[in-house]
Formats: sequence, structure tokens, C-alpha cells
Amino acid sequence: MTAQLAPEAPGAASLVQPVAATGWRLAVRRFRHNTLAVIGLVVIVVIVLFCFVGPFLYPTDQTHTQLSQANLAPGAAHLLGTDAVGHDVLGRLMFGGKVSLMVGIAAGVLATVVGTLWGSIAGYVGGWVDAVMMRVVDAGIAIPALFILLVISAITTPGVWGLIVILGFVSWLVPSRLIRAETLTLKNRDYVLTLRAIGGSHARAIGRHLLPNSVSTIVVAATFQVADAILLVAYVSYLGLGVQAPATDWGGMLSAGLTAAYSGRWWLIVPPGLAVILVVCAFNAVGDGLRDAFDVRGR
Amino acid sequence: MSILTTTDLGVSFSTESGTVDAVRGVSLHVEPGETLALVGESGSGKSTVALAAMGLLSGNAAATGSAVVDGHEIVGAAEPALRSLRGSTVSMVFQEPATALDPLTRVGAQIAEVIRNHGDVSAADAAARAVDLLDRVGIPSPAQRARAFPFQLSGGQRQRVVIAMAIANSPKLLIADEPTTALDVTVQAEILELLRRLAADTGTGVLLVTHNMGVVADFADRVAVMLQGSIVETGSVEDVLLRPQHEYTKRLLAAVPRLAVAEAGAAVTSGASGVAVTSGAAVASGASGVAVASGASGADGSDGRRGAAPVVDLRDVSVTFGRGARAVHALQGIDIAVHAGETVGLVGESGSGKSTAARVALGLVKPTSGSVHLFGSDLRTARGRDRRALRSGIGVVLQDPVASLDARMSVAECIAEPLAVHRRGMSSADRRKRIDEVLDAVRLPRALASRAPRELSGGQRQRVSLARALVLSPRLLVADEPTSALDVSVQETVLEVLRELQDDLGFACLFVSHDLAVVQQFAERVVVMRQGVVEEQGTTGATLMHPTTDYTRRLLAAVPVPDPVVQRQRRVERLATLGAVTA
Repeated sequence: MTAQLAPEAPGAASLVQPVAATGWRLAVRRFRHNTLAVIGLVVIVVIVLFCFVGPFLYPTDQTHTQLSQANLAPGAAHLLGTDAVGHDVLGRLMFGGKVSLMVGIAAGVLATVVGTLWGSIAGYVGGWVDAVMMRVVDAGIAIPALFILLVISAITTPGVWGLIVILGFVSWLVPSRLIRAETLTLKNRDYVLTLRAIGGSHARAIGRHLLPNSVSTIVVAATFQVADAILLVAYVSYLGLGVQAPATDWGGMLSAGLTAAYSGRWWLIVPPGLAVILVVCAFNAVGDGLRDAFDVRGR
Repeated sequence: MSILTTTDLGVSFSTESGTVDAVRGVSLHVEPGETLALVGESGSGKSTVALAAMGLLSGNAAATGSAVVDGHEIVGAAEPALRSLRGSTVSMVFQEPATALDPLTRVGAQIAEVIRNHGDVSAADAAARAVDLLDRVGIPSPAQRARAFPFQLSGGQRQRVVIAMAIANSPKLLIADEPTTALDVTVQAEILELLRRLAADTGTGVLLVTHNMGVVADFADRVAVMLQGSIVETGSVEDVLLRPQHEYTKRLLAAVPRLAVAEAGAAVTSGASGVAVTSGAAVASGASGVAVASGASGADGSDGRRGAAPVVDLRDVSVTFGRGARAVHALQGIDIAVHAGETVGLVGESGSGKSTAARVALGLVKPTSGSVHLFGSDLRTARGRDRRALRSGIGVVLQDPVASLDARMSVAECIAEPLAVHRRGMSSADRRKRIDEVLDAVRLPRALASRAPRELSGGQRQRVSLARALVLSPRLLVADEPTSALDVSVQETVLEVLRELQDDLGFACLFVSHDLAVVQQFAERVVVMRQGVVEEQGTTGATLMHPTTDYTRRLLAAVPVPDPVVQRQRRVERLATLGAVTA
């Protein structure tokens, strides 16, 4: 009787929401409407294919120097010319890109993972644990990352894995703050209180509610972290602290080509520089798009 | 001449899923010195009409038709023209006083700023007028209070400051959008009294937007009822509230819980003459249930343990948050017991500690002193497995229909969560079956199980919460303001489902609410709380009909009833009592 009594007047919110679109589908649709983000995603895919599949289609020798082939301008044999020791620049762009992308993505992901763990523990446990953990973060943010990198490189010369770990551990601070804030709001949601009231464990609260609901924040943070880390790899290498020859990355290429640029050999500078700019912009655009796409819960 | 006239006003919002017509063909007028109440449930478009009359619609809104304020057309008007009108000819009082004021500016300065925006007034004169205004809205020692920051004032005082800002330039039209919804009933009564006096003194026309029929009865001269963007009925407050014509208005009024009080004995009879037959009957049945439950100590609980032991028993419980000078004594030595099969209503104003008491019963807040017994066992000494077992006997429904369900889970997963915690071995087929059973029990279609909470209305979500609370067949249900975020018609459905289930399953219920009328209909015993102390407790019939403490009496007197004739009489009586107290 009351079932028909209640017209369940559709609230403004439910009017706005399309029926039967799940959160993920809605997010994908929103993302696809963001042209810049889609372009960014395409750019990332193209560059990843270029770096990892490209060498099979365009094989070049990136280990042996060939001084007879040094400093050639772009032409039919070498599409982007060669550098001071005779490496094909197009091939080197792929070869160095592998390192830049691997280190950047791995360091960005590592930073996000460490930051997520740190921030979520601080936020969920609260009290003095939170206070201590967050003061550690504050102290870390107060020290410039570049300073730490310079000190470390003065002591040791890192390989690829070393670089990943070092970059990861200087950039987890910002994501940890983000995730802590997210955890603080989520742990007081009514559904978490309800679960705790009926005797649900902390593990369940975290695993079933806090983490799934922070995924969007974490993914967005990770995207921006990767962009930051790629840039960080480039400038660490540019300062000569990156991976050592014959390996290289885009920052290393820039550094090596810098002197040549003054003698008009632009092809040593422009390709790696453009590659870094493109990839960083692309990751940022994707991050922006993801943030908008995930922002469906409040609506 | 009307101060506000809208003719065929329409507002549509363009959203990413298409255009939504929020307001369709609304024509209304407000005369000087008159109060028109715009009532309706959420999503009816009543607030949108108010915003359109101020020219304050958001960027994705398009208005059609006409809205004329004091001879100025608002629809399509340029921003500078609108700005010169706002704050001088027309001004607005919003729902939430805490966010309507700048927290970092002294209230006197905020009022003075409004005055100086619309007139060539010297700073000193504006400051002096700000003090006058604070005096007019009834703030004691206004000269000192003008130097206070908003956080130093109570919620009611803040709303008075907001009103002072709204009337600073003697507007001809005052738009009040749910001006008392965020306030406690006793404060609400004062604010309504203030608004009424100001409107009468200055001949200001008032457009009152509200969902509360009691407020309408207390304040309005005429009423316009909105449904899905259109006005379905307009008329004098007596006509609409006592002799509604439209089917929807009748349904709406029938769903409003009515407070029956002994002092204003006329309330029940005159209410019943019109529309309140069903709810009147509900009050009667609630009252008759009292005698049984209070004496029997829940001996008839179907699956509860037999005997006199209460399901949950709070003895001399105190809770203190913080330490030292900043300590807050949320509860001070309260005793509350709930027996099997009975419903105990926990009422009080904000800050009275009622939600804290509920959380102590749930074991979410540890008492600083005193003992909590759940199903006869001490919660403090129970450990590990025992503690979990105790907790499997509890069901919880909280206030916020949005925050109560995890948006990332389906309805079925939400409901099944307690099973996942306490019945790990249950097969998925059994689980499926149990979910269907509880969905049937709360009268939701089984097909909803695979939906996301986001796709459900507020009332449906609260019923999903209820289904989740019932899935383990609890012996105690704790409901903290389960219906206060819902529209009245939806509230009625949810309460009815809850009552039927309790009759069938016999669980005890601790029902926290600020709404005395709901508690009167729903609970057999009532506990009135004030500032962390139990002010009064007893059977609902006796306590709310013949309260023994002044506080309960004042609380009851402040509740506006949705009957303009009775409410007028109650208002006079209330003011007389208050006058007698102060004199």
C-alpha cells in the first residue's frame, strides 16, 4: 500500500545520472570525451611501441662505435643522422627511450606503492602513529629531491635498478599525503562504521572498502608520478648521473649532444628533447583525463 | 502590486546525459508583507525556482518565461543589473549558516559590507547600523557580538546574523531556502518567530522554500505545492494543509508524522478531521503497544533469550573525548536498556549525545567509565571470537543513504557483507537465497541485487541498508536517524517496513532521532537526552504526552505541527510560557 504511496520522487542527482551505467563504464565514457587525454594515451602507446618494437623493424648497432659514420646529417641511410661516435640517432632514440620509459614507469609505480602504503597506514591507524609518519613526510618534502640525488651520485654510480629505487624513494612523499587524506575520509564513511559495528576485521575494511575506493586516487597519482619520474630520469642523466655508456637514455642523449648543438647538429638535441616533452605531456594529459573520469562518486 | 511574479517560468539544466527540465511552467506571485511557502520533496524544483528569482542559476542552466522582481525582469537580465538588485531589493537566507558566513571576518564587518555595497554610507555609519541590525535580530549585547567571529556564535545566532545581512538594506523580497532545516527545533522556533516579526514589521514579501509542513503551518500565508517541476496546487495555508485538493498534496500530508500532545488537545482531533486519519491511527496503536512492552520486559521476543535481561544495557556510562581543559563530556553517567522486541527512541537536540550513546551500544566508542552489556555479556571483557559472535547479533542502519553503501559494490555485495564476515562457510547459492529473502522482506524487487547503489533512490538505499542489517537475523537493530535524510513519503515507507519486520522477527531496536513525531509513532519507550545526560525516560505515551521536565516540555512545544490553526494556538501558548519563564 505504501509502495504506491511513495513516488520516490527522483532526486536531482538521480535525474542527472544515466541509468544502468556502471561506475567503470561511465568513467571510460568520460575519458573518451576528453580529447586531450585520448591523444595523450595514443601518444604513449605509439612511443612505447616505437621504443620496444621499433628496434626489430629498424635494427641498428648501439653498442659498437663507428667513427667512420660519425656526425652524419639526416639522410636516406640514417633517417635522423648519427652522433659523435657513429650511433644511428633514430635507433638510439629507441634504445634510450627503453631505459627512460622503464625507469620512469617503474620509479613512478614504486613511489606510488610506497606512498600508498605509508599514507593509508598513517590515515587508518591515526593518533600518534599518524603524527609521527606524517612528520617524516614533512621532513622529506623539506629536503629538495635533487640535492639527495646529487649526494647519492657522488657516492655511487647507479645502474638501471639502482636508479629506479633511488627515484622511487625520493618521490613517494606527495602520493602518501594524497592517499592519507583519502583514507581519512573513507574510514569514517558509514559503510565502514557499519562493518566495524557488526564485527568486521580491519583487513576487510581496508581490502574491501578503503583500497577499492582509493583506486581512482591511486591511479591518477601514479600517472602523474610516472610523468614526474621520466622528467627526473632525464635531468638526472643530463647531469651525468644516469646510466653509464654504452647504455643511455633520453636525458643522456641530450647531455651528450649539447656541445654538438652549437655546431648546428640539431638532430642530436631535438629528437630526444621532443620525446621527453611529448611523453611527459601525454602522461599528464592522461592523468587529467583519469581524474575527471573517476570523479563520478560525488555526482 | 506583486513584489515577485513569475509567469510560465521554466528552467532546464544541460548535463552530459542530456537536458533535464527541472522547472516547468511555474507561475506564482508574492505580495508585499505576504509569505508564500513553496513546498515539495527533493528534486521537485522548489530551490531552483528560488535561485531563478535571484538570477543565481548555475552556468549549465537555461531559464525561459519570466520572473519579475519589483518591476525588474530577472530572466535574461545582465549580471550588473542583477547585482544591483541582489542584497538591496531582493535578498536570500540559505540553509546552512555555517557556510553562509566568512569564517575569518567579524560578523559586524560582514553586515557592514552588505550595507556599503548598496549605498554611499561611511564605514562608521555602516558599523553602527550593523549593531542596530544585530539588535533587531535578537542578538544579546549586539555591540560586543558585532566583534565576534562566526565560530564564536552558536548555529542559531549565526542564522540570525545571516538574516541580519539579508534584511540590511530593507529588501522588498526575502527568499528563504530551508532557513531552519539545519537547526534544532527550539532554535527553529525562535528563528521562525524572528522572520515572521521582521516580515510583518517591514511589509517584506517572503518566498519560503521548505519541505517541512510544520514550518509552513507556522509561518506561511499561502502555499504552492510543487511536484516534478510544476506547481500542482496553490492556495491559502488553511486550504492547502487542511483541505488539500490535489491527490499528491493529500498523499504528502498523510505521510507527515504528526506529534500528538496533551496540552494542545485540539491537535489530534482537528488534524484527524482532515487528513491525518492514518497517522492518527498509528499514534493510537503505538500508544497501545506501550503498555505491553514496558511491563513485559520483552518476554515475548520470538528469538530473543527469554527472561528479564535486556538485549543491550548501558549502565552509568560516561564518555569523555579529549583531555584536560579541552575535554568534552559527551555522556555523563547515562543508563539505557533495550529489551527484546521493543523499540526505544533516543531523542535530543544536536550535541545531546544521542549518537554517541548509540555508538557506545554498538561498541564503536569505548565508554570512559560504566559498563555495556550486550546480550548479557560484558563487551569490555569479551575477546576475539566471543566478541565477534556478540557482534553478529547487531544490525546497523545509519543516517546518510549515500555514505551507508559502498558505491563500488553491487547491492547484493553490500547486503552479503555481514554474511562474508560471520558466515564464511556459506555456499554462494545459500547466500543468493538469503539476499533474495531480505530483499523481499524490505519490499525491494530482487532484480535490484545486481544494481549499483548509485542507481537507487534515497529510500531504496536505506532499505538496502536495512536489508544488510537484517541479513544475519539480528537481535538488536541500532538505527541512527535512519530516515532524517529522506522525504516524508519515503520515510513513511521505510518506517512501515521497519515496523512490520520488527513484528515478524522480534528484534530489539534502538532508534535515534531528532524528530519527536517519528519517535512518538515508532517507539514504545523514549529516552530524552540533553547535553550528555538523560533528562527523562519512560513509555512514549506518558513521556511525550505528560512530560515531567521543563526541557521535554520546551522541546515538545517547539515542534511545529502541520496544521495552521493548531500551530497558531501552540505558538501563542509557547510564547506565553517562555514569557512567564523570563518574567
